[in-house]
Amino acid sequence: MTLRVTRRQFFKLGAAGMATSSMAMMGFAPEPAVASVRHFKLTGAKITRNNCTYCSVGCGLLLYSRGDESINNVDDIYHVEGDPDHPVSRGSLCPKGAGILDFIKSRSRLSHPMVREPGSSEWKRISWDEALDRIARHMKNDRDENFVTQDENGNTVNHWLTAGFLAASASSNETGYLTHKVVRSLGMLAFDNQARV
Amino acid sequence: MTNHWVDIRNANLILSMGGNSAEAHPVGFRWVMEAKYRNNAKLVTVDPRFTRTGAVADFTAEIRTGTDIIFLGGLISHLIETDQIQHEYVRNYTDAALIVREDFGFHDGLFTGFEPVTGTYDKDTWHYEINDEGFARRDDTLQHPRCVYQLMRKHYSRYTLDMVETVCGMPRHKIQRIWDMVAETAVPGQTMTILYALGWTQHSIGSQIIRAAAMVQLLLGNMGMVGGGVNALRGHSNIQGLTDLGLLSNLLPGYMSLAQAEEQDYREYIEKRTREPLLPDEVSYWRHYERFHVSLMKAWFGDAATEANNWCYDWLPKLSEPLYDVLHTFHRMHNGEINGYFCQGFNPLASFPHKAKITESLSKLKYLVVMDPLATETSEFWKNYGEYNPVNPEEIQTEVFSLPTTCFAEEDGAIVNSARWLQWHWAAAPPPGEARPDVEIMAGLFHRLQYMYREEGGAFPDPILNLTWYYRQPAFPGPSELAREYNGWALRDVYDENRNLVCRAGEQLPDFGALRDDGSTSCGCWIFSGSWTEEGNQMARRDNSDPYGIGMTLGWAWAWPVNRRILYNRASARPDGTPWTREKALIWWNGTRWVGADIPDFPKQSPPSAGLGPFIMNQTGRGQLFARDRMAEGPFPEHYEPFESPIGMNPLNPDNPLAKNNPAARVFEEDRENFATFEEFPHAATTYRLTEHFHFWTTHALLNAIMQPEKFVEIGTGLAEELGIERGDRVRVVSKRGHVDAVAVVTKRIRTLQVAGKTVHQVGIPLHWGFKGVAKKAHLTNELTPFVGDANTQTPEFKSFLVRVEKL
Ligand code: SF4
Repeated sequence: MTLRVTRRQFFKLGAAGMATSSMAMMGFAPEPAVASVRHFKLTGAKITRNNCTYCSVGCGLLLYSRGDESINNVDDIYHVEGDPDHPVSRGSLCPKGAGILDFIKSRSRLSHPMVREPGSSEWKRISWDEALDRIARHMKNDRDENFVTQDENGNTVNHWLTAGFLAASASSNETGYLTHKVVRSLGMLAFDNQARV
Repeated sequence: MTNHWVDIRNANLILSMGGNSAEAHPVGFRWVMEAKYRNNAKLVTVDPRFTRTGAVADFTAEIRTGTDIIFLGGLISHLIETDQIQHEYVRNYTDAALIVREDFGFHDGLFTGFEPVTGTYDKDTWHYEINDEGFARRDDTLQHPRCVYQLMRKHYSRYTLDMVETVCGMPRHKIQRIWDMVAETAVPGQTMTILYALGWTQHSIGSQIIRAAAMVQLLLGNMGMVGGGVNALRGHSNIQGLTDLGLLSNLLPGYMSLAQAEEQDYREYIEKRTREPLLPDEVSYWRHYERFHVSLMKAWFGDAATEANNWCYDWLPKLSEPLYDVLHTFHRMHNGEINGYFCQGFNPLASFPHKAKITESLSKLKYLVVMDPLATETSEFWKNYGEYNPVNPEEIQTEVFSLPTTCFAEEDGAIVNSARWLQWHWAAAPPPGEARPDVEIMAGLFHRLQYMYREEGGAFPDPILNLTWYYRQPAFPGPSELAREYNGWALRDVYDENRNLVCRAGEQLPDFGALRDDGSTSCGCWIFSGSWTEEGNQMARRDNSDPYGIGMTLGWAWAWPVNRRILYNRASARPDGTPWTREKALIWWNGTRWVGADIPDFPKQSPPSAGLGPFIMNQTGRGQLFARDRMAEGPFPEHYEPFESPIGMNPLNPDNPLAKNNPAARVFEEDRENFATFEEFPHAATTYRLTEHFHFWTTHALLNAIMQPEKFVEIGTGLAEELGIERGDRVRVVSKRGHVDAVAVVTKRIRTLQVAGKTVHQVGIPLHWGFKGVAKKAHLTNELTPFVGDANTQTPEFKSFLVRVEKL
């Protein structure tokens, strides 16, 4: 879902929230003068609702991107602001959230699958198919070889202990849910997410 | 959080302990400031360091890291002995009156049932005395010497002011002042909220610290109250959601649990988890366990899950160990028992203790798969980065795959904030290059495996061949499809006990009240049921109105369970159903049902005269001052020293070596050898994070790298003088397991403590910098940390260990 609000509307929303609290005092409210310059920069931007991916406050984000989804155009996020409607963050972001564009567009973002062969000191670019085929084959071989149907006491255990999986607690519920479903269907137990640490 | 971010503003007192929210949760912390401005609330911080939270606090006190139970236990004793508890609340809403078995006891630092060889407890005696009807015996006068109240009183009578002062190293006038401030909230109309984070969890006694806090809040009548509660300020943006969805070695979605190997019988598995009430008529909501479980099995295995095969009971893996947590797993990896490992958005080389051991462990893998938007340290554990990662790639035979994924800005979906709010977000741009969403990667791997099992056969293929895959484009499961699946739908028409239709076949379930144990409902995570109903995606709601003016925006997003914002809120009203005071009104009985500003956490039509307890998930319906058998190391929190203690003994139990450290903690022998003593490593260290940083991720973000450019450690002026270190000098911090080099920040913010007759210096070590990213390179902080965890959760003891600071 995206929405279009003009900057003027945005500041009305923002100001209504700010006026009722002491938040504006804390230094995060944008100066109107600066805003009027930004007005032009943000004109025509697509605004997408999101939430900060860092901490568990879950501040509301507005992601401003260029591009209109036409076929010869790639959307590009170029500005991020706090969502003034959000009841917890009410338009503000901390230094992490405010700088999140540098995370989204980090030089360290990976763009294609790679493999590092045993003993090598370099990465090698590979295709998705090759990567997934090779990994799945490793999994299949290992699972077939080491799957435990019964333990030494004759209990049915149906588990696979020679593989483990760490899930990401910045991924969405939907990613987490599907990951759990797949991992357990394989019989894996060495399965945790950042909540463990 | 039992409560939520905005509700912090309703508190009269905020106790920040085991966390530094001004720094780690800055925007959430504004509600603390709001409480100060609006409510004239007071903020108290207790922390080894004088933090950014402390800087705006009304009162701060220093504490030796890892001694919070002594402080809180002393507080419990103080509240009881000075009679500053909320009597009516304690009598009616806690288990204070219940009588404990005669053979239960506590001697010399250990509870009854300890088995020194295995380091575990036989917990049979940790239980109430049960009468002929199967219910707990009680003494409502609280006078019986074995009632929970009297046992608790006796237990904490040992936690005297002198003891607290000597163990915590906190001056007694500060202790007294804080205890007095806290005690003021024992009256109805005054509430304290407790905010904590990893400063409480990352200890070998972490879970029991949190329990001690909950006990304090029960005694003060602050649970279920507006502006009250025990509030975990969680770390990552969706760590709450992944916990709720059960992505932990022993769990299933919605806090259900996998069976142990001995639990071969499905009926026994269910019955063990179907917690029957321990007092007459109590709700004890877990009694519906089977409904949640069968609905999950239908979601995962569809038609293959039938009553005849016990709903595929044997298709789920069973546990041969209590937990296959990350320490256990890396221990096995180190022993060469693991061949393949997957890291989905997780950087264990940086995140797990004792980096050298983690490197050795990863080097023993046959293959490692890293799925991440960023180039992490873990993905290049095999690469030489000089002193920061001194490995020889030729000696490492692990095959490593790096699979690029999308990040939050490039995908739709929901994340759950610390307040249990499921908030939906939308993609704003495509990912870089060929990066893919994790669900597509999981689908790609799964389909390949399924194909191979279909074509080649192999080990126990049934769950793989029969796993449900409801997604229109099988290779691209859609977030909205997955969200509908975890909400659940009816497979057949569902009726209530009066034959009224609740839900038609094929419809989304309205909430978990509609779940059935006869296979007629499918639901991937029962506590999320209600998030995507026939009315659509509730997580995407954006009505921020607050009709009662107390910050309860029930129309914004959706909170589990059933959009309830404050847990246990029945306790916000007196036993007769009226609010304790007008200012703290949350829900109340209107003569026919419960109504108010929140969704009642109670059977809607159960009148106050029926006398049901407000804690409906508990078998007693009451807040548990006595944990029974639910904790590893005892029903009452007891102080044990960190595994690396700067005083080398436990002043509370000086004569029993078994009671020096957590007796129920699991320690692997090879790690025990790597524990230091204070003679060699005299300084007590703790780790933490800075406002400008988010763990190791922001080493990849330029702005953050600029704001806090270089690795530093904080040392007090006392230690600096002793070692001749000036501000800005380079120092080496050494532990028994490794070292880090950093710039010294010499500060008054860390005070020298007097502990048990010794002078103790504490050292603060931020984590962030590593050998990847755009930030300045440095040693990972986990070069230093010990490989031991909490006895219940196995969360590593990152907050208390020993180091030696050296000037370079
Ligand atoms: S902006 Fe800051 S406080 Fe808000 S969620 Fe992000 S990291 Fe947390």
